[in-house]
Amino acid sequence: MTNEARRPEWGLWEVFVRPRRGLSHSHVGSLHAPDADIALRNARDVYTRRQEGVSIWVVPASAITASSPDEKDSFFDPAGDKVYRHPTFYEVPEGVQHL
Amino acid sequence: MTADVLTADLVEYVLRVGDDALVAAQRLGEWSARAPEMEEDIALSNIALDQLGVARAMLSYAGELEGAGRGEDDLAFLRDDREFRNCLLAELPNGDFAVTMARLLFLSTYQLSVYEELSRSGDDRLAGVAAKARKESAYHVDHAAQWTVRLGDGTPESHRRMQAAVDDLWPYTHELFASDGLVKRLADAGVGVDPAGLREGWLGAVSSVLDEATLNRPADGWAPGGGRDGLHTEHLSYLLTEMQVLHRGHPGATW
Repeated sequence: MTNEARRPEWGLWEVFVRPRRGLSHSHVGSLHAPDADIALRNARDVYTRRQEGVSIWVVPASAITASSPDEKDSFFDPAGDKVYRHPTFYEVPEGVQHL
Repeated sequence: MTADVLTADLVEYVLRVGDDALVAAQRLGEWSARAPEMEEDIALSNIALDQLGVARAMLSYAGELEGAGRGEDDLAFLRDDREFRNCLLAELPNGDFAVTMARLLFLSTYQLSVYEELSRSGDDRLAGVAAKARKESAYHVDHAAQWTVRLGDGTPESHRRMQAAVDDLWPYTHELFASDGLVKRLADAGVGVDPAGLREGWLGAVSSVLDEATLNRPADGWAPGGGRDGLHTEHLSYLLTEMQVLHRGHPGATW
């Protein structure tokens, strides 16, 4: 018996956590919760027990649109041989920050 | 007041705080692998472990102050119910999830206000433990409040159960704020907290949660007590039997 079948009110949420010395949130897993506030607290209890992070995002799984593995070739391979898209042909002047 | 009286008082007081946490931890541990959802199972286990951490710190300190060679394990596993100093509210059975959340709300709100005061104690050891425990308690209160509101302002069934839980537990909250000569002496010495002064703040915090949960606040009436003097309900000895059986059966064993 799946969890979804037993409790339809407890939707699936994806959890993203930003570590203490990090700049971006990374996907760490998923959990079930009846609403956003409980989802946030569940994420705190399940995914930050071992000091994994200092900031949490929870997103309803249904709000996420993901690329399909079938489209992988046409989506991502063409970028592989276009060296002109990489910013490596000029020197950064001194003193320029956050480039 | 002599230093000996102060120390004796302090041992008793530290046991009160520690036993509240120890018994609360044991009760919450009973939900492990039985909670309604996996995430809640982890949440309740985390809260139980927070309580246990405070219990360990307090019982260790009490043993040191007593100076009779008793450590945290001796105090936790070899005292009988007449020697425990926890409030009655902590030892009551878990009941259904609504009862567990109502008890967590009432007890944690009380513990939070105690730790906030205690973090300013003249006793550095108590102040240090309380400063850390305060943050944990704030989360316990939040967890209980989230569920109390959802269950109270929920379906007719959840509202009925939540109101019944609040009604049944309310009489046991009065003991939390009962004062006696011991806490008065320790409060005067700037070391302990007289809980009588905490009830107003507690009522304000709890009432706002009950209001949002569309629950009635019960009238004050019957006020059972005695826990601070070792006079407990029948529930405590069953709890201790389960908690102590392993240690008593294998004295001195380690993992």
